[in-house]
Order: sequence, then structure tokens, then C-alpha cells
Amino acid sequence: MSQPNPVNMDDLQAQRSYLVRYAMLQLRDPHLAEDVVQETLLVAVESRNKFSGQSTLRTWLTGILKHKILDLRRKQQREGELPNTDEEQDPYENICAESFDNQGHWISPPQTWANPSLSFENQKFWEVFEMCNQRMPLNSAQAFMMREFMDMSTEEICKELAISTTNCWVLLYRARLALRDCLELQWFGRKGA
Amino acid sequence: MVWKKGGVMLNCKQASELLSQALDRNISLREKVLLKLHLLICHGCSNFSKQMRVMRQVCRGYLEK
Repeated sequence: MSQPNPVNMDDLQAQRSYLVRYAMLQLRDPHLAEDVVQETLLVAVESRNKFSGQSTLRTWLTGILKHKILDLRRKQQREGELPNTDEEQDPYENICAESFDNQGHWISPPQTWANPSLSFENQKFWEVFEMCNQRMPLNSAQAFMMREFMDMSTEEICKELAISTTNCWVLLYRARLALRDCLELQWFGRKGA
Repeated sequence: MVWKKGGVMLNCKQASELLSQALDRNISLREKVLLKLHLLICHGCSNFSKQMRVMRQVCRGYLEK
């Protein structure tokens, strides 16, 4: 070792659980998530000289992982491996009908969420959050994960999912309605936090 | 461009759609005004509006926890 290398194996391993959590949000399959994180770490080791140290290691790794996830998604779509996302078959696509009456009024209006930031410190809250994410309708969830976790713009999401901008807004709206509903039912409404 | 009817009052469904879209695009001045008028009189949508902000924080917080 003539010069110190900025990235070592311990540093990479330390980011592992974060990366798996990130991958799980989008892939919903622990094996696929493990695989894609493994690949990401391999790429990172092979190209560690490219890591400039200008961003954090986590940001750099997340960038690689994001591409791996999108590649995998495209491959699944090409090979027809993505689960059926036919809206009629997905009960949670009914979220709008369940939320509003014919006049467009809330059937049960959103409540006040008391001290939400306190919940962030509670491990149970994050378990509920994970469960609610898993329950989101798949096609809405994909758009939502891309928007809120992968930090993609609406334009990028439309391109990735091959949908119109309006459709993208609808998917994001449904995802938020579903997540809101689940969090209120399973956490904020119940506990009063 | 979203509101074809040109009505003056939004219902809760329309208001919540706009609140969601406001997280993804710049909503127009007209949309902002319509939304404000609705939020003034609607408790449920005011809560919804706050909850959208909380949910964004939650998503950021989840990965960083």
C-alpha cells in the first residue's frame, strides 16, 4: 500500500443495512434487495478509485444502487416478471372511492397528528411505516418510492414508468392517500402519539 | 389546466389532489388561491396539508434513522 485508499471494506459494510433498507422499499423482496446491494458493493470495490470523497460514501453508494434498482426493474419489465399491476385487480386502487363521498367530501376527515416528530424516535413507529409502505398499491408505490426516496422528478418517473404526467400525479396522489390513511389508522389515530 | 369546470369552490377531493401535486410541481396562482380559500373553511384538508409535510419528513427520516 503506497497510498492510503479512502474506501475500505469496513466502511462499505457499515453502509450495508442502509442500502438494504433503501432497496427493499423499491423491490419488496429481501433476496432481490440483498442481491442488488451485493452487486452495488462489488461495483464500489472495483471502482473505488473513482470515489472522489466530495460526496459522502453513502451518497456515492446510493447513486450506484439507484441505477442497479432501475436496471433490475427494466429487466423485470422486459421479461414480464413484474407482478400484475392491473388497477382493477388491486383493492387499494379503490382508495379514492373509500376516502370521499359522491360530492368529494372526506368520508372520515383527516385528524390532527399530535407531535409527529416524537414518533420518529419510536422503533414501533418505523415498523408501522414499513408495513404501510408494503401495503401501498404496487404501481402507485413504485412512483412514490421514486419520488420520495430516490429523489426523482416527475419527468424522470414518467419516462421510467412510460406514463403521462397526469397519470404520474394520480399515482403519487393515490400512494399518499393510502400511506396517510394507513399511518392514521395504525399509528396516529390509535396512539394519539 | 387541471380544473376544467372553472368552478369557484374546490371540494375536498380536488383540494387534496392539488395539495399532493404541490409536492411535485409548481401550482398556478389561481390554484393557490382556490386552495387557500378551501383550507380556510376545511379542517380535514388543513390536517391533510400538514400531514403531507410530515410524510415527506418521515420518508427522509426513515432512510437516515
